[in-house]
Amino acid sequence: MDKTAETPAHIRKEVKTPGKLSRMFLSFYDVCQFVTRFFKEGFLPPYEGKELMRQCYDIGYRSLALISLTGFITGIVFTKQSRPSLAEFGATSWLPSLVGIALLRTLAPLLTSLIAAGKVGSSIGAELGSMRVTEQIDAMEVSATNPFKFLVTTRVLAATITIPILTFYTAMVGMLGALLNVSLFEDTSARAFFQMSLESITFLDITASTVKAILFGFTIGIVGCYQGYNSSKGTEGVGKAANSAVVIGMFLIFIEEIISVQFFSLFRT
Amino acid sequence: MEQKKTTDIGQEKVIEVKGLYKSFGNYDVLKGVDLDLHRRENLVVLGKSGTGKSVLIKILVGLLSPDEGEVKVLGQHVDQISYKQLLDLRLKVGFSFQNSALYDSMTVRQNLEFPLVRNQRKLTKGEVNQAVERVLDAVGLLQTINQMPSELSGGQRKRVGIARTLILQPEVMLYDEPTAGLDPITCLEINSLINEVQERFHTSSIVITHDLTCAKAVGNRVAMLLDGKFERQGTFEEVFNTSDERVKPFYDYNFIQ
Ligand SMILES: Nc1ncnc2c1ncn2[C@@H]1O[C@H](COP(=O)(O)OP(=O)(O)OP(=O)(O)O)[C@@H](O)[C@H]1O
Ligand SMILES: [Mg+2]
Repeated sequence: MDKTAETPAHIRKEVKTPGKLSRMFLSFYDVCQFVTRFFKEGFLPPYEGKELMRQCYDIGYRSLALISLTGFITGIVFTKQSRPSLAEFGATSWLPSLVGIALLRTLAPLLTSLIAAGKVGSSIGAELGSMRVTEQIDAMEVSATNPFKFLVTTRVLAATITIPILTFYTAMVGMLGALLNVSLFEDTSARAFFQMSLESITFLDITASTVKAILFGFTIGIVGCYQGYNSSKGTEGVGKAANSAVVIGMFLIFIEEIISVQFFSLFRT
Repeated sequence: MEQKKTTDIGQEKVIEVKGLYKSFGNYDVLKGVDLDLHRRENLVVLGKSGTGKSVLIKILVGLLSPDEGEVKVLGQHVDQISYKQLLDLRLKVGFSFQNSALYDSMTVRQNLEFPLVRNQRKLTKGEVNQAVERVLDAVGLLQTINQMPSELSGGQRKRVGIARTLILQPEVMLYDEPTAGLDPITCLEINSLINEVQERFHTSSIVITHDLTCAKAVGNRVAMLLDGKFERQGTFEEVFNTSDERVKPFYDYNFIQ
């Protein structure tokens, strides 16, 4: 498009759009500020307890069905696929331990947070995005209330609290799936199954999974809120916010998973 | 219709704007705005779409920051005070949005309660309910108290939006196009609501509008935003008694057609 021909009289200053790299640093700085604000304002009174409860319930409720289904099927499939390899060594009796460890250490945290990034992250992004676009956030601002506290803090906290709980729930449902498969093909009793798998799980496994799930939950909350809260005007901005909440959220979860696997393996001998 | 007269306008200035500049990127919106609002006065701001009327009042409540110039509201420099002080100031300044901006996940009652319970934590449940019902009654919409914003008409939403700002008992009201997109009868209702608010709650107001009937009915004074400045200010007659081609169409459209 020819710019000079159509530039209206009032547009006269030099156009200075920041380059790609400086834009990246700018938005990184923005995100850091957003996270700092969360820690600075999140734990100061007044608290939005009621809204926090509502958000926790909402997140749990929204992802429960999908997580149950995915966890259960993963339990069945993982057990089924692992059996032949173990059978080669005549070690099918290790199946409960293997499934227990795999589910708790990696599958459950990852499955849960990926699903939550899709369901919860996108809806947080869309919800806050449309509140930004329709000036509802500005309206909170001008009525002398702090929208960050009411909207962002509650959602981030809710995700951080709920995702670990959902993670252990997923692990349990996965175990049920595994049990179903095991009891169909082996004569291991339910009791023996749970005993074996629980015995192989260490305190470190539980700690590591909890820490990871907390991290993932926080990431989902922060990314969704950041995208929505800062979404650009217009309906398109809302869609973009929801979309990038999912994409960026999932990407960060994988990176965090890789780092934390490395980190926790330092403690395993 | 005669321009309205209010006798007890004070000399004290609640809003003082001097030499205000604001641009977005390379687009200069406000180019040296000067504006005074006196206590208990209703000032009508007119101007073409896109001239920066909404930007101006957003600067007054600190939603946007000025590039240059002095912006004093109730004696405080809006762009220089701390966030805490800004919140205190915003308690005294009601802002009614062009699109109402009701919280669409909350009922009308919750919309009205929202600012109140967060700013006056000592209120009992009964007192909150009483306050909500009082302002909702003032805008004539008591029957909608349990409805969701999506179930209201545009005019009703405007009025709920006004009620939501009144609940904090502001000293200054800023109305962004309160009558835009409404039928003439509802416009008249909103006009008298604005006048009633001025009398009952002793507010000073800035009313942004395109509608000269509204301007005449509610304004003690009129200011016209032209090319980023208030070139014409004064009574209705003073502003429109001109052959300025940028001003005349407003008058002609509203009263001749
Ligand atoms: N946050 C923003 N970012 C970039 N540009 C903006 C922003 N807000 C307003 N503008 C621009 O400033 C100009 C003035 O906008 P404003 O909303 O104040 O117009 P207005 O006078 O209220 O018009 P209308 O009568 O249609 O509401 C517009 O051209 C708009 O594009
Ligand atoms: Mg406007």
